[in-house]
Amino acid sequence: MFDEIKIIRHNGRQFIPDPVTAVVPAPYRGRPEIRPGKTDEQALVALCPTGAIKTGPFRIDLARCCFCGECAFRFPEKVSFTNDHKLATNDPERLIIREGQTEAIRCDQTRIAKQIKKMFGRSLKLRQVSAGGDNSAEFELNAGGNANFDMGRYGIEFVASPRHADGILVTGPITKNMAAALQIAYDAVPAPKLFILCGTDALSGGIFADSPALDRSILDKIPVDLYIPGNPPHPLTIINGLLDLIS
Amino acid sequence: MKTDHKKYLIISNSDSVRLDAIPVLPYADFTAAVETLLLKPETHCVNYFAFPDHDGLKFIICIADDLQKELCVLSHKQDASGGRELASLTPRIPALHLFEREIHENFGVFFTGHPWLKPLRYAQERADQAADMNAYPFYRIDSEELHEVSVGPVHAGIIEPGQFRFICNGENVLHLEIQLGYQHRGIERLMLKKDGLLQRTILAESIAGDTAVGHSLAFAQVMESLAGIPLSRQLAIERAIALELERIAIHIGDIAALCTDIAYALGANIFGILRTGIINYTQSWCGNRLGKGMVRVGGTYHPFNETLKKNLLDALSSFEKMFVELSHRAYKLPSVENRFDDIGTLSEQQARTIGAVGMVARTTGIPRDIRMSHPFAGFKYYPYEPVVLSKGDVFSRFLLRRKEIKRSMAWIRDVLSHETFDEASERPVTLASLAPDSFCISLTEGWRGEICHCAVTGPSGDLRFYKVKDPSLHNWKALELSLRNLEISDFPINNKSYDLSYCGFDL
Ligand code: SF4
Repeated sequence: MFDEIKIIRHNGRQFIPDPVTAVVPAPYRGRPEIRPGKTDEQALVALCPTGAIKTGPFRIDLARCCFCGECAFRFPEKVSFTNDHKLATNDPERLIIREGQTEAIRCDQTRIAKQIKKMFGRSLKLRQVSAGGDNSAEFELNAGGNANFDMGRYGIEFVASPRHADGILVTGPITKNMAAALQIAYDAVPAPKLFILCGTDALSGGIFADSPALDRSILDKIPVDLYIPGNPPHPLTIINGLLDLIS
Repeated sequence: MKTDHKKYLIISNSDSVRLDAIPVLPYADFTAAVETLLLKPETHCVNYFAFPDHDGLKFIICIADDLQKELCVLSHKQDASGGRELASLTPRIPALHLFEREIHENFGVFFTGHPWLKPLRYAQERADQAADMNAYPFYRIDSEELHEVSVGPVHAGIIEPGQFRFICNGENVLHLEIQLGYQHRGIERLMLKKDGLLQRTILAESIAGDTAVGHSLAFAQVMESLAGIPLSRQLAIERAIALELERIAIHIGDIAALCTDIAYALGANIFGILRTGIINYTQSWCGNRLGKGMVRVGGTYHPFNETLKKNLLDALSSFEKMFVELSHRAYKLPSVENRFDDIGTLSEQQARTIGAVGMVARTTGIPRDIRMSHPFAGFKYYPYEPVVLSKGDVFSRFLLRRKEIKRSMAWIRDVLSHETFDEASERPVTLASLAPDSFCISLTEGWRGEICHCAVTGPSGDLRFYKVKDPSLHNWKALELSLRNLEISDFPINNKSYDLSYCGFDL
C-alpha cells in the first residue's frame, strides 16, 4: 500500500491539463503553409508520394498528405510545416491548403446539425473499425484515452458494441476484405449517428489509394461528419477534432 | 558468397547476388537439400516464396544458420509444362505450412500431402478469385458436447480485425483457429507498381505502423544493397538506436496493456505514461511519435546529433527511475504473478515446430535474434546479446519485455558513451538504379521478431518481385496452440501477451 502511494507520488502529475491549448513541439509536422512565389511546381508534384500536391493553383490536400515532409525538406522556401496540430474538419474543402494560407483549420459549424451537439456534446461513444489500418492511427486513438490525454474527461469513449455507439470511426484505407464488415458495423449503430474518418489512409486511401485491394464505395453512401488528417493523427488532433464537432 | 556442393548459395544479411548465382535444383533435390539444412536446430526458414518466371514459376527458399551467421539460398524452377503439383514439405517440416499455403493461394500450386491448403489471407491477386472470405473452411468437430465460439472480425476495443473460432468443451478451449486477411492492402503488388523510392519507403512504413522503423529499415537495406549505396557507420548506428526506441516504447505499452487486462490500474496507468515519454522523444527526433519519417534510403532528414544525444540520455534516465520502481512492485505482486503464471504455455518443441521467431521463440529457450545472428545496422559495431527465458507462458512474455527494455537501454547507453555525433549523417538519396537480374534479402529484428524483405529485379533493374515477411506470420500459430486446454476467459491476456500484427500478416 505504502509502496503504491510512493510510486504515485514519484510519478507526479502527468496529465495534460488542457488538450485544447496544449502545444506539440517541432519538428512535429502539423498544418503546412505554402509561401507565394515561383518554384518548380512540377518537381514538387513529382516528389509527393501520395499525390497530395496539385497545381493550378498550387495547393496541398491534407486528405492525401502523409506528412512525410519531403516537400518541405526539398523546397523549404516554398513549403513549411507548422506545429499546429488542429487539422480536423467536417468540410473537405478546408483540408486544401493554398498559397499564403495561414488560418487554422476548424469545422464549419453551420454544417453541424443542432441535435449532434445536443445529443453528443457531453457524452460521445464511438465504435472504431479498422479497415486495413496499419495500427498507427489505432495506436494514437488508444493513446488518446491514456492518463496523459484522457479524452474520457470530455465524455468521449470507445465502446465494444456498435449498438452502444453514437457513431463509427474508421481507420485504414478500407480494404475489400473489410468493406462488408464495416457496413454491418455502421448499420448496427442507432440513428442519429456519426461517421468519422481518422488518418490519411481513411481519408483518401493514402499511399494505398491506387491499390486494387480497396473498396471505398461505402463512402458514396454515407456522409462523413469529420475528417481527421494525419499519418497517424496526433492524439491532440483527434481530441480537438472531436471536441470541435460536438461541443 | 560461396556455394556449398552447388546446392545452395551462402550469403549474409543484406547481400545482393545475381539471380543466376542461386543454384536451381530439380524439385526432389531441392526438398532434400531443404530438409538436410533444416534438420539442424540452429537453422530456420526465414522466407520461402514463388514468383512468375517467364512462363513458369521460380521458388526461392532462404534458410538462416544462426551459428554460422549465414543465409543459405536455393531455388527450384517449374516450367509451365510441368503442371502445378508438387510434393509438400510440410509433413516433415511443419514450419513451412504457411509458406506453402501462401504459394498455393497466389499461384494455384497444389502441394500434395499438405494437411490443409486453405487460403491464407484472401489476397487480391489470389489464383482462385472465387474463394470467398466469408466461407473460410474452419476446422470443425461435430459433437453434441462441444460448442463453437465465433469472435470477430470486429473485436471489442480499438484493435484490428480478425476472425477467431474457438471450439470449447464447457469453459475449456480445445482448439482455436484464427482467420486473417481482413487488412489485406496488396502491399507486395503495390511495391512493384510504385516507382519512386520515397513512395516505396512510405509503403514500407505502413506495413505495420507499430513497427514503422523495423520494416522501413528492412526495406532501406534492400534498396541500398541493390543500388550499391554505401552507408556511414554513424547512420547505421542511428538507425539501430531508433529501432531500440521502437522496441522499448511498444514493450512498455504492452506491459501496460497486460496490466489493464488484469485490472491492475496502477501498472496500466504509469507504464502507459512511461511509453509517452519514449514516443515523444522519437517525435522530437523525427517529427513522428511512431518513427515514420526516420528511415530513408541512403540517409536521413533527421540526423542524430549531440543535443539529441543529451536529450536521449535524460529521457532514458527519467524513464528508468519510474520504470525500475514500478516494475519492482508490479512484477512481484502475487496477484499479478498468479494471473500470468502457467497460462498460455508454449513449449520449446512447439516453438521449433511452427518456426516461431523473435520474442515468442526467446521465451521458450530458443536464442533466435537477428541482431545477434545476422547483425545489421548498428549491431554490426556494437554486438547485442539477446535475453532468453525458458518457460514460454504469459508471465515469460511479460517478463521478457521488462528484461529487453533494460537491455536495449544498456545497449543504447553503451553506444552513446562511445560515439560522438558532431557531423550530420548523409541526406537521403532520391534516385537509385538497382542492379539488374538480382536477388536481395534483408533481415531486421523488430520488437516482435524477425522481419524479412526480399526483392528480385529484372533485366533493366526494375523491381520484379517483392516479398515481405512480418514475424507475426509464424507467431499467430503460437497463440492458437498455447490456448489449448485453457479457459476461454484466459484468451484476452494470452492474446495481449503476444500482441501480434494483423496488418503485418495480411500485407
Ligand atoms: S508532406 Fe505531404 S504534401 Fe509534402 S511531399 Fe509528403 S505527402 Fe506530399
